[in-house]
Amino acid sequence: MSDKNRPFNPTRRKLMFGAAALPLLSLPVSRYAFGAGPATSAVNTTGLAVTDTEVTVGQLHSATGTMAISETGSIQAEQLAIDQINAMGGVLGRTIKVIKEDGASDWPTFAEKSKKLLVNDKVATVFGCWTSASRKAVLPIFEKENGLLYYPTFYEGLEQSKNVIYTGQEATQQILAGLDWAHKTLGAKTFYLVGSDYIWPRTSMKIARKHIENVLKGKVVGEEYYPLGSTQFGSLINKIKLKKPDLVFGAVVGGSNVAWFKQLNAAGLTFKKQPMLTISVTEDEVLGIGGENVEGLYSSMKYFQSLDLPGNKKFVDAFKKAYGPKAVIGDVTESGYLGPWLWKMAVEKAGSFDVDKVVAASPGLEWNESPHGELKLDPNHHLWMRTRIGEWQKDGQAKIVFESDVIKPDPFPEGYQ
Amino acid sequence: MEYSLSDMYNIALMQGFAGLSLFAVLLLMGLGLAIIFGQMGVINMAHGEFMTIGAYTIYLFSTLTESFAPGLMNAYFPVAIVFAFFIAFAVGWLVEWGLIRHLYARPLDTLLATWGLSLGMQQIFRSTFGPKEVSPTLPDWLMGSWMPTEGVDIPINGMFVLALTILVTGGVLLALYKSRWGLRVRATVSNRTMANATGINTKKTDRVTFAIGCGIAGVAGAAFTTIGSTGPTSGSLYIVDAFLVVTFGGAASLWGTVVSAFGIAQTQSITEFFLSGSMAKVLTLLTIVTILMLRPQGLFAAKVRR
Amino acid sequence: MMKKLSNWFSGGGYSFVVLAAVILVVFPLALDAFRLNLVGKYLTYGFVAVGLVMLWGWGGVLSLGQGVFFGLGGYAMAMFLKLEASSPENTAIQSTPGIPDFMDWNQLTELPFWWEPFNHLPFALIAVVAVPMLLAFIIGFAMFKRRVGGVYFAIITQAVALILTVLIIGQQGYTGGVNGITDLRTMLGWDIREDGAKLVLYFVNAVLLLGVIALCRWVQVSKLGTLLLAMRDKEDRVRFSGYDVSMFKVFVFCLAAGISAIGGAMFTLQVGFMSPSFVGIVPSIEMVIFAAVGGRMSLVGAVYGALLVNFGKTYFSESFPDLWLFLMAALFIGVTMAFPNGLAGVWEKYVVPRLRGKARERQPDTPPSPPSTALPTKPAPSGDLPKGISSQSA
Repeated sequence: MSDKNRPFNPTRRKLMFGAAALPLLSLPVSRYAFGAGPATSAVNTTGLAVTDTEVTVGQLHSATGTMAISETGSIQAEQLAIDQINAMGGVLGRTIKVIKEDGASDWPTFAEKSKKLLVNDKVATVFGCWTSASRKAVLPIFEKENGLLYYPTFYEGLEQSKNVIYTGQEATQQILAGLDWAHKTLGAKTFYLVGSDYIWPRTSMKIARKHIENVLKGKVVGEEYYPLGSTQFGSLINKIKLKKPDLVFGAVVGGSNVAWFKQLNAAGLTFKKQPMLTISVTEDEVLGIGGENVEGLYSSMKYFQSLDLPGNKKFVDAFKKAYGPKAVIGDVTESGYLGPWLWKMAVEKAGSFDVDKVVAASPGLEWNESPHGELKLDPNHHLWMRTRIGEWQKDGQAKIVFESDVIKPDPFPEGYQ
Repeated sequence: MEYSLSDMYNIALMQGFAGLSLFAVLLLMGLGLAIIFGQMGVINMAHGEFMTIGAYTIYLFSTLTESFAPGLMNAYFPVAIVFAFFIAFAVGWLVEWGLIRHLYARPLDTLLATWGLSLGMQQIFRSTFGPKEVSPTLPDWLMGSWMPTEGVDIPINGMFVLALTILVTGGVLLALYKSRWGLRVRATVSNRTMANATGINTKKTDRVTFAIGCGIAGVAGAAFTTIGSTGPTSGSLYIVDAFLVVTFGGAASLWGTVVSAFGIAQTQSITEFFLSGSMAKVLTLLTIVTILMLRPQGLFAAKVRR
Repeated sequence: MMKKLSNWFSGGGYSFVVLAAVILVVFPLALDAFRLNLVGKYLTYGFVAVGLVMLWGWGGVLSLGQGVFFGLGGYAMAMFLKLEASSPENTAIQSTPGIPDFMDWNQLTELPFWWEPFNHLPFALIAVVAVPMLLAFIIGFAMFKRRVGGVYFAIITQAVALILTVLIIGQQGYTGGVNGITDLRTMLGWDIREDGAKLVLYFVNAVLLLGVIALCRWVQVSKLGTLLLAMRDKEDRVRFSGYDVSMFKVFVFCLAAGISAIGGAMFTLQVGFMSPSFVGIVPSIEMVIFAAVGGRMSLVGAVYGALLVNFGKTYFSESFPDLWLFLMAALFIGVTMAFPNGLAGVWEKYVVPRLRGKARERQPDTPPSPPSTALPTKPAPSGDLPKGISSQSA
């Protein structure tokens, strides 16, 4: 443990950018009109699919299979951002054309399709993937073919690639602030860790356990993982009842999530009786679980649809206009929306579509009126951002009860590995 | 950690109910399959999708009631379950007519065809209801828990599923052993040619049997909206468990299905209490496979038409 | 031997030559490096399909767990490659350099003992085939000796697939979990990610596949193959004739397992990773569908089936992203309903007679699928069936 209160360490404060000190930007505005951009030969020296009027990008998500439930939001948000950028004049005077590929919730298919996008279609960048498994499957291909991927999901960290920009939170950003808050506000000292059985929950719980034991001096009274797709949690709920932890810290995903919360509620473990903080429930999940089943649950995220920020108002309005008034926006959906904008900013800063130049131009990009407020792209390709705690209401929206400082991304947290 | 005696007692009570509730779930999802697979020898890989039909029926009713007759929110659920049965029944009828009846001579091929069917059905759900999960608004009387004494919470939805399972199982057993239809089914299963010779319309019997199996799957899916998720691929979560329950029980015996669901549920819920979730699942499955290797025809072996 | 060789050619050998020409000459000339690599991947599924032809078409035993063997073969290969990719230099940033990255993430500080032997290529190569065959032997021996067959066997193999998936995912410190074993780079210093290497691997894969087909063909025309067919159609008669039926089944199950495992290993080499998504129930069923589409009685047809279904998947999903599942569903249902013997059956029934200009001998009536009650004297009508087999099997 070299650096205990890492995200809140005052010596690091100077690294954080103060929002007030910077001129407020509205949505980044294009400097070029259609067809009036620089010559293609100048902005594309590596043979990407760029013409005088068009630039082709790829979108790689699961439109079918079990992951389609989650990835649909990202697909919609990315499309929305691209439409908005095109309406504003595109990127370097070129309209963005999207090639959509279906990863079909199958990791080898993700690998196959990413290779097709990079090798066959020569796309300038790819927005896509959702699970770590899909990202790990495509990563070697992006590195080998020197492609560029904007990855929208909060994830376990432990990764940093030249060819990937991570627009979601890495684990420590989401977890540490959340646990600190629970410790301070709810007075939680004993914790029960529950997750689906795969790398993100396991790594997250590892970080959580270290933080609880070493920093908060609390105690982990149980740690459980259930196979993806499990629908029966009766025994687990009884174990939690027996141990009576101050806080259940959860990372259950997918269809299991719905079963888990419905059964918790039915077993009389309301969140008033048994506080619970999760890092896997967004507005999208609540849609499937039902607001009445999550009332009083806390989520630790960078974004909630109810955020009262000017950038978010515009985003929510545009999203509902595009996808209907009933559409909901979760954290990952919002991260998907960031991708195309960050890419546009980087391309225009670099004055080129070449992947190397775009990557070089990316660190330091700032956007103060993003839907979740200020953000900055760190040299480690992750974003600086705030973490919020939302308390879920019956109507399926979250009330924000806590907001952290802007936290530096730390994908390889020392002392937490 | 120290636990008081009453704590232990309460937990044991609730744990017992958790096992019972899992038993109800397993039995309910296995029941329709026991009829289709056990009695007819058809491997219906689209069983899970018939369950999803039931789940979406509940969703549809809940949405309609909410917008047109909000006062009836407490009453729509039982009606929706009945409809879930009939919608799944009708789809099953059509599937038997269009697909299954051509494949009775080739049981393993029904597996491939119904697998294709399940892909198509999933895509229909996705196109109709969208790829995201939906959540039907459940009536208030299904929510929360019943507290007989302090410290004991019995989930109401669990009791509901249990009651429904008992009802459906009783109904099926009664129908199979006491009704004319049951007689015809049993005759057809034992000896198709002879049944035909005695004037039983085996083709019609097959169709009704298949459709009833599908209808029960629809009821199961409807009941599971109280405890699980409703999405285009929700059904696929249940299919393997359902087959294991039926196979383990001995395919041709309905009683076998009941006993095997009970055994599997208790094993799983007890191991889950002492081990982590994933390892409990592995252990339960290993136990089933080992027993099946020692006793290949399942717990309740019966003469099967091959 | 010579007679067998001539049998071999008269009974469908030409289709073997055509297949060899297609995958060794036509594809490499007609396709770019990316598509060729895709075909290479599809051909690895061809191994499984060929194994299923032996097991299901000839042995009458349907396994819904072939993904288990494909996966085990793939994992054995991946373990070797991962260890090579995890040299202390490559993994210097880890807290324990020199072990695979996923172990480091899961706080393992040394290589588990059972990973150690996979440092050696010969061991890994043997393990690719031996481990799956051993597992197949155990399962097969336990089940066939007790005369478990048909649907029961299919469902139990499904359960095995489920167990293995849950186990691999649950033990992620040792197996890489749901992500699988990724980021494989070199084999004995030879970079398998380069286009040149991919081309070489494609040909190795193709030749191996042809070799496997030849081997299976040899088994089919041998006395053993005849007995397999006889056993499939009238198990009791073969048993009463004094043969140990169960051991034949065990044999053919092990054979299919070993073949699938080779496919898995070649998959790992060509695609560069291995994950539990090949082990589960869904991929296992898809593999059966490859064989069904191609024709469960035809070794060559099975390869075409694997190619066609996967081409269909890739092409449909690229061209009709919203409809492709309907098209796949239609393909499966259509093939099962209309062409029980798959592509090979269509070929035999409609094309071959025309080629021969009114077949001299009337094709026997199309009997239902293999595990049916067709008499041994009238086996399933397949051009692959050597002439004279009916007299042997009486």
